[in-house]
Amino acid sequence: MSFKEDHELHKRRFSRNIGLGLVLIGFVALVYGITVVKVGELYQPEQGTEVAE
Amino acid sequence: MSDASINTTTQTGSQIGDAGFGDYFALLKPRVMSLVVFTAFVGLVVAPQGVHPVIAFASILFIAVGGGASGALNMWWDADIDRKMRRTQSRPIPSGRVTEGEAFALGMTLSVFACVFLALTANFMAGFLLAFTIFFYVAIYTMWLKRWTPQNIVIGGAAGAFPPMIGWAVATGGVSIESILMFALTFAWTPPHFWALALFTKGDYANAGVPMLTVTHGRKATRAHILGYTLVLALVAVALGVTSVGGPTYMAIAVVMNAMFIKGAWDVFRRNDDHSDADNHKSERGLFKLSLIYLFAHYGALLIEAGLKPYGFGGWG
Repeated sequence: MSFKEDHELHKRRFSRNIGLGLVLIGFVALVYGITVVKVGELYQPEQGTEVAE
Repeated sequence: MSDASINTTTQTGSQIGDAGFGDYFALLKPRVMSLVVFTAFVGLVVAPQGVHPVIAFASILFIAVGGGASGALNMWWDADIDRKMRRTQSRPIPSGRVTEGEAFALGMTLSVFACVFLALTANFMAGFLLAFTIFFYVAIYTMWLKRWTPQNIVIGGAAGAFPPMIGWAVATGGVSIESILMFALTFAWTPPHFWALALFTKGDYANAGVPMLTVTHGRKATRAHILGYTLVLALVAVALGVTSVGGPTYMAIAVVMNAMFIKGAWDVFRRNDDHSDADNHKSERGLFKLSLIYLFAHYGALLIEAGLKPYGFGGWG
């Protein structure tokens, strides 16, 4: 009985750790994506200005 | 039956502090989050300015996280009510799977995170509106007015109505008549939606001591209120149709849906409790179900208008 309870406990902790890990990986990917877009937007007008000049 | 088994295992206290990932996710009220995501997405898509898909995706995600965070803070504050109501007894805190402190910490952390990142990703107006939404829902509605006035649903509806306005602000950086009317649509929709529900779940709110209109002013007054707000809702829905985000498709759907909704509200208004009990609240249940389709149809119609515009069909030309 106690083994079964421990097993359930560990399963819950494992799901929590895996879930949090995936959220963190997703967050890193998201921030990377946002950074690429923002930096791209930042440089686009300047390039345009250079061409115009 | 499954709820009973959950309660039995959790009452021992052995699982407190050892919640699974799903329990923390449940604190964010995923069903409410889906409405937040949908309406915010529509607000963003129908806006005149385009947004990069990555920025749009991230912004909607942060709005969803902010909405979820306010849900966690709501569950933290309302844990005592949730323990008394059948509908909410299996939530993470009343069932003992998550502690109140954990819910508070998660809600506060995600609130700050979502607002800051939305402001950095989109613009400060969007971040500010999200922060105000969370403040309004948690402090004004949950902490102050929910237990004090029977108009709680009306005021709480404002918090749920902000997401399309935030989505619009993500794209435009501001507020306009279109976004205000999208806000007003969800705002005016909320009272008939929830009061129809309250009419056929009568025992729960009374047991929890929440001053629902059905308890404080009676069910007859509630039926009259439903009809009144439905008429206001119809005006708002049609007014939204004549703005730049509306068009013939939206207007056709709005006219049909509002005629059906007014008919449903009228049927509920004409009945008394004897009629209602006799057919197990058929009209009230019908109005509640229709209200779910109603909101989806209106925002869906706005999406159709936006989708048709590039081909020269959407809008009023």
